[in-house]
Amino acid sequence: MSGEFHDSVVKALGDDALRQHLRRAMDSLIEKRLAVFPDQDALQALRRYGMAIRGNALSKLPQLLERFEARCEENGVHVHWAETTDEANKIVFEILQSNDVKRLVKGKSMVSEEMGLNHFLEDKGIECLESDLGEFIIQLAGETPSHIVMPALHKSKQEIAELFHEKFPDIPYSDDVDELTAVARGILREKFMQADAGISGVNFLIAETGTLCLVENEGNGRMSTTVPRLHIAVTGIEKVVEKLADVPPLLSLLTRSATGQPITTYFNMIKGPRQPGEKDGPQEVHLVLLDNGRSRIFADEELQATLRCIRCGACINHCPIYTRLGGHAYGTVYPGPIGSILEPQKEGLERLGELAEASTLCGACGEVCPVRIPIPKLLNRLRWEGVRQDGTGETSGQGRRRKHSESLAWKGWSSLASRPVLYRIAVKSACRFRRLLPQQLGPWTHVRKAPEIAEKPLRELVEVQGFTDE
Amino acid sequence: MPRTVYFFATCLVDMFYPNAGLAGMALIKREGLKVIYPRNQTCCGQPAYNAGYRDEARKVAAAQLDLFPGNHPIVVPSGSCAGMMKHHYPDLFFGKPEHAKAVDVADRVWELTGFLTDVLNIKLKDLGEPLRVALHTSCSTRREMGMAHAGESLLAQLDAVEVVEQTHKAECCGFGGSFAVKQPEISSAMVRDKTEALRATEASLVVSQDSGCLMNIGGAIEHQGEGPKTQHIAEFLWERTRER
Repeated sequence: MSGEFHDSVVKALGDDALRQHLRRAMDSLIEKRLAVFPDQDALQALRRYGMAIRGNALSKLPQLLERFEARCEENGVHVHWAETTDEANKIVFEILQSNDVKRLVKGKSMVSEEMGLNHFLEDKGIECLESDLGEFIIQLAGETPSHIVMPALHKSKQEIAELFHEKFPDIPYSDDVDELTAVARGILREKFMQADAGISGVNFLIAETGTLCLVENEGNGRMSTTVPRLHIAVTGIEKVVEKLADVPPLLSLLTRSATGQPITTYFNMIKGPRQPGEKDGPQEVHLVLLDNGRSRIFADEELQATLRCIRCGACINHCPIYTRLGGHAYGTVYPGPIGSILEPQKEGLERLGELAEASTLCGACGEVCPVRIPIPKLLNRLRWEGVRQDGTGETSGQGRRRKHSESLAWKGWSSLASRPVLYRIAVKSACRFRRLLPQQLGPWTHVRKAPEIAEKPLRELVEVQGFTDE
Repeated sequence: MPRTVYFFATCLVDMFYPNAGLAGMALIKREGLKVIYPRNQTCCGQPAYNAGYRDEARKVAAAQLDLFPGNHPIVVPSGSCAGMMKHHYPDLFFGKPEHAKAVDVADRVWELTGFLTDVLNIKLKDLGEPLRVALHTSCSTRREMGMAHAGESLLAQLDAVEVVEQTHKAECCGFGGSFAVKQPEISSAMVRDKTEALRATEASLVVSQDSGCLMNIGGAIEHQGEGPKTQHIAEFLWERTRER
């Protein structure tokens, strides 16, 4: 990871246009969120409520999943369990195969990105078309999402216009957003009618009723889940909530935090296949529940908070690091603060532990998280997991970020700073011989002057000024 | 109102900004309180804690726990060190023999500007010349300690000081302790944006509650050439209000 991440950071920071574009986009998202949470007290109360709902669900996750599965079976939804993304891909493929599916349309789903589902199915000769506009754009460009809510956020209007012009030369060039949207809509309508299956993600699973909730703005989610005769939903096992009444507060937090909308244009509640006498809806509905490391995260009382996430992206929108880099630089499915706690746990600290270090712990993410995930605290915890050596706990890659030189330096520092007499001598010497200390401090002094050590430390001056220590 | 406080100056103030420490103590003393400077203080342990080295952090933090035997507030001229002591000591010592002591210390910790406004309700009389000043409230003071109002209200009391606001004022300056060393490119990009925003205000002085931010912002401005001076807010408040 190290070299890889460093290279992509340097590349992203060198792209001035991208950075300006991101700054404008983030500023606007931050403003929109603020505008729909005018009352601070109400916001904080709602965040506490959201945290409680998600915390409650996680506290009885196994039971709720069982209850949910039982309701689904009653409702006629087939539930499948996948421990790994490979298993999940195979399950989806087998369902498609037994239904003789050649073409499918997809609604937006980050879990399907986690699975690499499109590539997997395309290799098997099944055409997958992304129907969310943002996903449609990046699929055309052969890219991955750079944001979990707005996957094509990194692309400017002009870039999208050029992309459309290149991919659809028959359609006249335009950089008008409405015209571009109309082009995509025209293509997608056709595909919806032809598709043998629709694949979607899920925002909330309701254990009480066996309902799959899907939040979206474009109607493509509703089309994907109702027009084709087969619907397959894929999602993570953590998405379950206990009861129907849990959904409205979470939905309100989700849409406000994500895009500053009081509610999205569409909110789909899917409870099963078409019933006798109904005129639309799929003949068959399947749900694939993916673990992919979530059980391991669940096993740790503190890190479990990671799973409260409702994927609004507010932490990303408020992150000064993401604003500088964009999503691709992270090299992971989930970018930004949520990605920096989720991905190292999912993929192991050895490979992705660096992401937990790539934060100033400024706290902007934790401040806006609608379910109060203490992201900075968890980043700190993962830094510890990366260097600890006691071999307890569940986190994969524990201790693998420990470097000998670094641990020696901290050991030396702690020996000194825990011995006041020795420390006093060291500080006084540093002040006395400050002119002899190096003025070039590696990368620090590439853009900054070295900090100046005082002629006399405070501990000497206080004595002169008559401050006592008792 | 407390009669006595402990002053935990922090390692950076000790070595790099001793005048800020003296000023902080003087501001409290002028309000009629006794200020105790425990001479055996070293560092709160935050650098190692944020680098993931919790055993090493705990060893250093443990050496501070006995410095505050009286039941007096502990005032810290830094949001991040105050945050470490107030919000992370209880976790750091969880399940350890020192836990009760750590919780007791945590309960008494105040960030300096918050202590001046929320506890002492200090009234300042500005004796200085007209000056344009920008405030960079450190992220820990703002978010972890919830004391963004304190610095703003203290500066607002200074009649001849015009406080100007930089764009993206709540955004991090890019210091982040070991972050600046481990991710120097991102850190540099952040401090460049921060200094640009501060320069655009045409302030002649930038003040902050945290030495780390001052080192980062001040160091960058000096490296870039001419620009606003930087100073710890305690030192600035003391200089503006000191009877000579």
